[in-house]
Order: sequence, then structure tokens, then C-alpha cells
Amino acid sequence: MEFAFTDEQEMIRDSAESFLQDVSTSEAVRSAMVTEAGYDSELWQRICSQMYWQALTIPEEYGGLGLGYVELTILLEEMGRRLLCSPFFSTVGLGVNALLVAGNETQKQQWLPQIAEGSLTATLAYTSRNRWDANSVDVIARAEGDGYVLSGTYKYVPDGHTADLLVIAARSPDSQGQEGISLFALPAQADGVSRKWTPTMDQTRKQAEISLDNVFISADSLLGKSGEAWADLEKVLQLAAIAVSAEQCGGARQALDLTVDYTQERVQFGRTIASFQAIKHRAADMMVQVECSRSAIYYAACVAQEALFDGAVGDELPVASALAKAYCSDAFFHCAAESIQLHGGVGFTWEYDPHLYFKRAKSTETFLGNGAYHREKIAQAIL
Amino acid sequence: MKISFSPEDEQFREEIAIWLKENLTGEFEQLRHRGGPGDEHMFPEERKVWEQHMAKAGWTCPGWPEEYGGRGLSINQQVIFHEEYARVGGPGHMGHIGEGLAGPTIIAFGTEEQKKRFLPGIVDGTEYWCQGYSEPSAGSDLANVKTKAVLDESSGQWVINGQKVWTSLAHESDWCFVIARTEPGSQGHKGLSFLLVPMDQPNIEVRPIEQLTGTSEFNEVFFDEAVTDAANIVGKPGDGWKIAMALLGFERGVSTLGQQMHFQNELDEVIKEAQKSGAAEDPAIRQRIADAWMGLRIMRYNSLRMLSGPQDGSLQKEAMIYKLYWATWHSDLGKLAMDVRGADSEVLPEGPYELDRLQSMYLFTRSDTIYGGTNEIQRNIIAERALGMPKEPKGR
Ligand SMILES: Cc1cc2nc3c(=O)[nH]c(=O)nc-3n(C[C@H](O)[C@H](O)[C@H](O)COP(=O)(O)OP(=O)(O)OC[C@H]3O[C@@H](n4cnc5c(N)ncnc54)[C@H](O)[C@@H]3O)c2cc1C
Repeated sequence: MEFAFTDEQEMIRDSAESFLQDVSTSEAVRSAMVTEAGYDSELWQRICSQMYWQALTIPEEYGGLGLGYVELTILLEEMGRRLLCSPFFSTVGLGVNALLVAGNETQKQQWLPQIAEGSLTATLAYTSRNRWDANSVDVIARAEGDGYVLSGTYKYVPDGHTADLLVIAARSPDSQGQEGISLFALPAQADGVSRKWTPTMDQTRKQAEISLDNVFISADSLLGKSGEAWADLEKVLQLAAIAVSAEQCGGARQALDLTVDYTQERVQFGRTIASFQAIKHRAADMMVQVECSRSAIYYAACVAQEALFDGAVGDELPVASALAKAYCSDAFFHCAAESIQLHGGVGFTWEYDPHLYFKRAKSTETFLGNGAYHREKIAQAIL
Repeated sequence: MKISFSPEDEQFREEIAIWLKENLTGEFEQLRHRGGPGDEHMFPEERKVWEQHMAKAGWTCPGWPEEYGGRGLSINQQVIFHEEYARVGGPGHMGHIGEGLAGPTIIAFGTEEQKKRFLPGIVDGTEYWCQGYSEPSAGSDLANVKTKAVLDESSGQWVINGQKVWTSLAHESDWCFVIARTEPGSQGHKGLSFLLVPMDQPNIEVRPIEQLTGTSEFNEVFFDEAVTDAANIVGKPGDGWKIAMALLGFERGVSTLGQQMHFQNELDEVIKEAQKSGAAEDPAIRQRIADAWMGLRIMRYNSLRMLSGPQDGSLQKEAMIYKLYWATWHSDLGKLAMDVRGADSEVLPEGPYELDRLQSMYLFTRSDTIYGGTNEIQRNIIAERALGMPKEPKGR
């Protein structure tokens, strides 16, 4: 056991930190977030060709860097800190994870090298309802000929309107709950797929609705076993929840930093507001939550790494992921809300940044289930 | 970064597990799960015997360097040691103040003679220590210490006058480390010294203070011309503040892992109670139990991050949040322990005021957010030292 970063991991953080500080400024975020795509494709291409982040967790045999979940978590934490607008989370946190967990050799060979070279983005679509468990899978896949015909509508799909490859979940007719679920890899341009951007309160994270109208998918695009994919899907969702938590942790950190900086400048009653104990103590409480978020995601990242590569503590993935998502969701919300409060009136303006974090906090809290949802999962595991 | 243990470490786990299984038996059986925080007044003599028994097999101060009588365990092995110790309900260490505070301070700042004189007694479990910091007018404002010590050249002894208060386990201790003012007329951090004072002398009076639990774990200690040898000063006269602060850093060392294992046992007991009472079905309670479980996991990784940093008593950011976090977590657990019992939580046996383990834990957790620097003081420290916010104005 070694609960500290290696020199290489520290280097990854340093380079991410300085790169993002330059490219994901408040100005850059604001100009990307008002576009429908939600990101600057030139910047994304720069990330893919210079930083190679999209290839980070892809094994070397598929053209990737073959690094692990701890490295990924470091990147996501820094991205969350700068609210980076990019298809990174959807492509890597959802798409790559799904292919790694559920794809067979041929499928990995088909898709991962394209993602690694930066020519393909991906996402995961599974829920049709306002919930995140197995019962939310409502799109129907009928077996037909040497494939399946799919119909139904997916909601809340991250970058669903721009992703090139969709990993989708669907269920066999008349199945329920965790039974009958299958996963497929579907190029977004396939016949019968229609996609619509869903405008959202948090403009830094785009969502879409995807409708399938009798879309034919051949059997070789089935990921894993027909009707038995819930276990894989659940694992992908757990890995993705850790990825979101890492972004939340970074967001919470930045909300704290913004707040401390501002309170050190703002003068009232002849002294900086940072000198008031009421404010110091609230900042201290924010820091406790930020540091605990970091412990939570680093722990979860170590577990995720072992879960992907059959390590000894990999079976802690369900609780580690629920822990990270529950803790970081609440911590980010708390820190972002405090950030607005401690900025006073300017915290309530469009011009200052706290609202961007406050909105990101809420959208990421909801996505894949909020704190209460994940705490109940833990309760089920320990009670 | 990696959280699984190596095969060698797992082998070490087996070694300590077997030793505990074979030794925590017979006369020691009754000590299982006893003597932890809130229960420190229980079985003091028996726990001292247990400590000496552990010492003979080399299991006291296992993280200390071998040259000072420790076992020189790596951090990983210490983690494992604490895990296994708690797993079997190992009794609360009578010598934790010596092992965790006095010893590391003497190792870091003491002279060779002091190391030779004091460390063996801590390792053997034959000499016990208490902490003489707080005074009636020096609580959070520790620098306001008024107890005086003067070096009497003719007798070669420090002569000490003053009063300490809230001194935990003073009545069970052989030695006390005392912060005293050695520079007449000095104020605040200056002019303080760190003295090692024998408790067994007529000029020291220990008076127990009854706590809200009805038991007495802490005391008032009066020094009336009390003495200690001139050599029993750690550092130089005037270094007292620096050393006192470094010691607080040791408080956040590996011993925190043992404390967490104890918390885990308490949480397990709360979960059992919740299952017994049916509270485990209540959605609101389920949320709180899950929260407690998560909080403890996070505490573990907070301390593992902290332990992977420098071990010289200096404070990194992770370490600064540590006390506030665990104290708050533990007092929440205390309340949860009562809430899962519902109305039954009130009921005591007939006879003298006597609490069971969870009741006493519940009440005792009210002190966690007070001793060792209150939550408010912790927040000041975090804001000022970790976040660089302005210092509190002083009234003098
Ligand atoms: C169970 C227990 C065991 C103990 N054991 C020992 C021991 O072995 N040795 C020892 O030396 N001491 C011991 N103590 C003493 C302990 O360290 C002190 O009680 C503690 O430091 C607080 O000091 P005080 O009691 O004088 O409270 P005060 O300092 O008077 O504090 C009262 C309240 O005011 C708040 N406050 C004070 N200053 C500030 C500030 N600047 N900003 C904001 N709020 C402030 C505090 O947070 C607290 O809420 C023990 C205490 C307890 C409860």
C-alpha cells in the first residue's frame, strides 16, 4: 500500500494544471458554453494531439497510453477545477470505460484506436426515465434476423448530440429490472437515430435526447451477452460515478480558492472580510470538505484501477463509487453555495464565476444519482 | 498510489493476529473492548499488566525506531497492527500519552540521557505519562500559562508552583510533561519551558474532577514547590512553545489509525443496535448510518495521505483538517448511537448512575470537539495557516 502519488502522477497533475489554466479560462468556458456543441473543437483537437488525454486509459495494444484510473482521476480533478468544456468526460469516463468493461477483442480493436487517435468521440445512453437504476432502461431491443431492432428514447445523454459513437443499453421486450438488458455500440449516424440537444441550466455540461426509431443493429455490435449486460452496465456506471466525483472535487477546490481570494480583497468595516471569524470558519469548513473529497476520490480511483484489472480490492467498487459520488456531490454543492454567499451581491451576478460552479455542482450532483441515492446503496451493502 | 497490501505485509498481519489470539486470553479476556476513549477509567491496573505483557513480546511502541526500543514497523505494518488489534477488541492503551506524545517528543528533542532515562519505561509499560498543558486561565489560549518554574542552583532542581487542570489520567501517571513559565515577567509564547516532572512527590496534589459522565478521567493538579531535576527540561529554557506545538503534531500521527479502528468497532455496534431496534429500516437512519460509514472510510484515507507526508511533527494541509474532522464525525456518531435506540437510549440500570458503552460514548464525544484544541480553534488554524487568511486580533 502506498497512498501517495508517484513522481509521474505529480507530473501529470502539474502539466494538466498549467495547460488548463491557460486554455480553460473563465472567458474560454463562457464562450464554449453558449454554443450548442458546448466545446471548442480546436481546443479538443489540441488536447488530443498535444496532451493525449483521450488515450490515457486506453491500453497500449489499442494505441493508448495504458495509464490507470488514478491518473485519470488526477486529470478529471483538474478539468473540474477549470470547468473544462470538452467531450472528455463522455468519451473517456463513459465511452472508453464501457468498451473496456463490456467490449470483446474485435470491438475494442474497432473503436479504441480511433478514440486514442482523437478522431472519434463517444458517450453512453441508457436511461429513459428520471432515474438512474436498472429500471430506467426502457428502450426495447427486439431480436430480428442476425441482429436487433431498437426503439425508444434516451434522456440526459452527456454530449449525446455530438458524440460519434453511442454505447447504448436496451432491454428485451417484456423484461424488467436487471433482467434482459443488453449493451450495443452504435455509430451515431446510423439510420433511424435522431438526436436533439437539451438546453440545461448548467451550460458547461451538454445533454441530449436520443430517439431510436426501428434502428437495426447487427449482432456483432452487441457488447457482452445478450440480455445479461446489467452487471457490466452497473460497473460502467460505478466507474463513471468516480469520474464525475473527481470533477466535482476539483470544482469544490476552485470554489474555495475563488472565495478565499475574493474575501482577502474585499474590504468592509475597514478590514478585509477574510478577517471576520464567521467567514474564516466557513472557509475552513469548506476546506475540510475539499480535502475529504480528495481522499474519497483517490481511494475510489485505487479501487477502480483494481476493479478494471482484477486486483484484490476491486470488489469494493460498488461502495467506493457510491462513497465518492455521495460525498463529492454534497461537498461540491456546499462549497459552491458558500462561494456565492461569501461573495455577497457580486456572487449573484452573471459576471462573476461562482454561479458557473454552483450550476455545475447541481448538474453533476443529479447525474447518476445524488448523495441520498448513493448513501442508500451503501446502506444496502452494510445493513 | 495503491491501496492493497503486499504479500509480506499480509504475512505480518498473520503474525500479529496469531499473537493476539494466543495472548488476549485468560485474565486479559475481560479487557476486550475496554478502556477506550470514554472508558479510560476502567481496569487501569489490569490494563497496565496487559501493557507489560505486550511489551515483553515487543508489541508496545511498534512504530518507534528499534534503537529506542520500538519495533521499527513501516507505516503499512503499523496500519495492519492497529487493524488487527482493534479487530479482536484490544484494550485501550494505558500508555498512549507516553507512546504517542511524550516519547516522540523526547525522541525528537530530548538529550541522549533523557532518551535513556525515559524511553524504556514507556516501552516496558512501567511508566505512565500525563499532559500538563491547560490551566484555569490557559485553555484555548495556551500561551497564557501562569505556572512558574525556577531553577534552584543550590539543589540543582526546578521548583514549580502553579496549577494545571483537565489533566487526563494524572492519577494513574508517574510523570507529567509540564509547560511552565521559566522566564520571570515573560508573556505569551516566550519564556516557556517543557519540563518532565515526577508525579510521586508530596508537593503535587491531584484532585479528580467529576465529568458529565459521572466518572473521573481528568483532574486538577496543584504544584506547590514541586521539584524536578535540572536535567529534566526538553530543549532549552524558552523552547517550551516550539516543543509543545510539535507535540500536537505527533497527536496526528499513526496513533490516529488505532483510534479509527476503535471507531470502527463503535460503528459496528451502532449498526447492530439499529438492526436490533428496527431503526435500520428507517430511511433517515439508513442515510445517517451510511454517512457515518463513509465518513470513517474517508477518515482512513485522510490519515493515510497525512502519514505519507513528512513525519517530523510539521503540519501539512491534510493534517490541519484532521482533528476537526474526526472530532465532528465522532460526536455525530455519538448522537446516532442514541437515535438508533430511540426511547430506550435513556434507560439506565437501577442503582448508581452507570452508563453502558454506547451511552458513555455518546456523552464522552461531547469532549472530542473540546480537548486537543476546540473545533473553533481548529477552524482558526485551518483558515490562518492553510488558507492564509488574517490572524485573529489579540486582546493583550
Ligand atoms: C475530556 C478532556 C480531557 C482533557 N485532557 C487534557 C489533558 O490531559 N491535558 C491538558 O493539558 N488539557 C486537557 N484538556 C483541556 C483542553 O485542552 C481544553 O479544555 C481546551 O483546550 C479548551 O480550553 P478551555 O476548556 O479553557 O475552553 P475555552 O478556551 O475557555 O473555550 C470556551 C469556548 O470558547 C471558544 N473559543 C476560545 N477561544 C476562541 C477563539 N479564539 N475563537 C473562537 N472561539 C474561541 C472555544 O472554542 C470554546 O467553544 C482536556 C479537556 C477535556 C474536555
